[in-house]
Amino acid sequence: MNSVERTPILKATGLTKTYGHVVGLDGVDLELYSGEILAIIGDNGAGKTTLVKCLTGAETPDSGHLELNGQSVNFKRPQDSRAAGIETVYQSLAVSPALDVATNLFLGREMRRKGLLGSVFRMLDTKGMRAAASKELLSLGISTLQDVSVPVENLSGGQRQAVAVARAAAFGSKVVILDEPTAALGVRESNQVLKMIRDMRDRGLPVIVISHNMPQVFEVADRIHIQRLGKRAGVITPESHSMNDAVAIMTGAMSAA
Amino acid sequence: MTTTSNAAEPSMAPMLDEDFQTGLTKLQRTRNTLHRYPVISPALVLITAVVVFGLVNDRFYNPQNLSLIAQQVAVVGTLAVGQTLIILTAGIDLSVGAVMVMSALVTGQTAVNHGVHPVIALALGFLVGMGAGLLNGIFVTRLKLPPFIVTLGTLNIFLALSLLYSGGSTVRGMEMPSLLTWTGTGISLGSFRITTGVLVMILIYIVLAYALAKTAWGRHVYAVGDDLDAARLSGISVNRVLLSVYVVAGFVMALAAWIQIGRTNAASPNVAGDLNLDSITAVVIGGTSLFGGRGMIWGTLLGALIVGVFRNGLALAGFDALYQTLAVGVLIIVAVALDRWIRKGRK
Repeated sequence: MNSVERTPILKATGLTKTYGHVVGLDGVDLELYSGEILAIIGDNGAGKTTLVKCLTGAETPDSGHLELNGQSVNFKRPQDSRAAGIETVYQSLAVSPALDVATNLFLGREMRRKGLLGSVFRMLDTKGMRAAASKELLSLGISTLQDVSVPVENLSGGQRQAVAVARAAAFGSKVVILDEPTAALGVRESNQVLKMIRDMRDRGLPVIVISHNMPQVFEVADRIHIQRLGKRAGVITPESHSMNDAVAIMTGAMSAA
Repeated sequence: MTTTSNAAEPSMAPMLDEDFQTGLTKLQRTRNTLHRYPVISPALVLITAVVVFGLVNDRFYNPQNLSLIAQQVAVVGTLAVGQTLIILTAGIDLSVGAVMVMSALVTGQTAVNHGVHPVIALALGFLVGMGAGLLNGIFVTRLKLPPFIVTLGTLNIFLALSLLYSGGSTVRGMEMPSLLTWTGTGISLGSFRITTGVLVMILIYIVLAYALAKTAWGRHVYAVGDDLDAARLSGISVNRVLLSVYVVAGFVMALAAWIQIGRTNAASPNVAGDLNLDSITAVVIGGTSLFGGRGMIWGTLLGALIVGVFRNGLALAGFDALYQTLAVGVLIIVAVALDRWIRKGRK
């Protein structure tokens, strides 16, 4: 593949974000191409989460430029990036514990009944949403969540993560961003989420994953963006570098060639 | 439980159920059921109360007495609808009674003292209610003040404004146009006499039960009260939802004002005393959580009826009014303790 020729789906140039005297991002570039999993790694305080927040509109960068499919975009709120087709799974998951699985999947973009019931009486299509939710979960290979009318608080950590990822996968039309999706999970649950990430990529949806977990990063990522001290220290691939190299670049012991 | 999709794993659907139900004691299972259907406990309390008070004094079942309970409940029951909406968003409104009084006085005074057309006078009352709700909502969403503090402030402001506006005088029902006291007129079904005010109350319950359960707005109200940040990150405009809740609650309080005028046949500045807290009592006894996001509007109706039945039943049984108050106090503590216990089981 000739990456010089390809236009990135999502492209950030020179993102800068400061909080008072603290420099969160210092002129960061990022490119995400179609059909790839891009991992973002870096030490604590390297600017991973700030970078992602600037991509989704949760934070507005002080300077820098964003392009989606070659079009210049400017996200002021998380809703803006969602409307543009970028779905984000935050570390805090952003699910409502008391509401059921299907309601959570469709929260903020509910389906209404057809005809007068929907247009005049604003009636929700609960059945339709439940059916669609089951279908979506099944298509992601989540066979463990058959009953979508269960409140999310009754689910295990992995199942909650699955709900959050399923929501992103269902509605993300251009990009899905996951912030530490496996941080709270056990081995088997982590593998499930990694499989979902690969499935999304295989369906053509590019994914950005922030992670601390080096083995997982090297297992799923096509390319790895390394943040260090608010800057992009380098972009490597699991083939070109070893895990030790990645850690060395992260900590500044080595520079990315 | 895991999310493995490994085919060798047993299907999770039964496992989910198992996880809820097997290995649990009867007590835990009861707790889970109560958690899932929060209306059950107030319904049981109401049924028990009705049976016991009926056994104590057979006049309790008298149609006139039951009609009286319904009328006594109508005002608080309506106010409690607005209160439920606000408590579902994890807020609280101490100003409901004051807003109601203000609305009733504006309607009564403009119609009687300023000769305004009754329809306009009513509309002004609703505008005052919704305006007061909007003000509360703006303080909560824009100034980010806790609802308790905001409404404690506006409670005093609205009461003072009401007294300043009315000069402390009461507008009597006999001077008012009949539209304003229409809520006090009734329909007789045998010995039952149901007032229009009671029917209006039931109607507002039906409308809001529908809105909360069947519309996206209702889901968003629950989501905002359940976890504000999660709701925001899910793309819900939380401030808009909160503002709408306060305005709708203001509308409901104006409706309560209309019912109050019909019920007492007057628009008086001196009725609000207990109504703020009574509306919260109905909501809490009805099983809605003060922490937000959980509860049902029908529970509030049951809560209001429970308070009404206790007061009436104890009075018929010959207890002093102070014992009624005492009983309501015990009910509140029991209801909240029960809510705590039910909730603890799920975490």
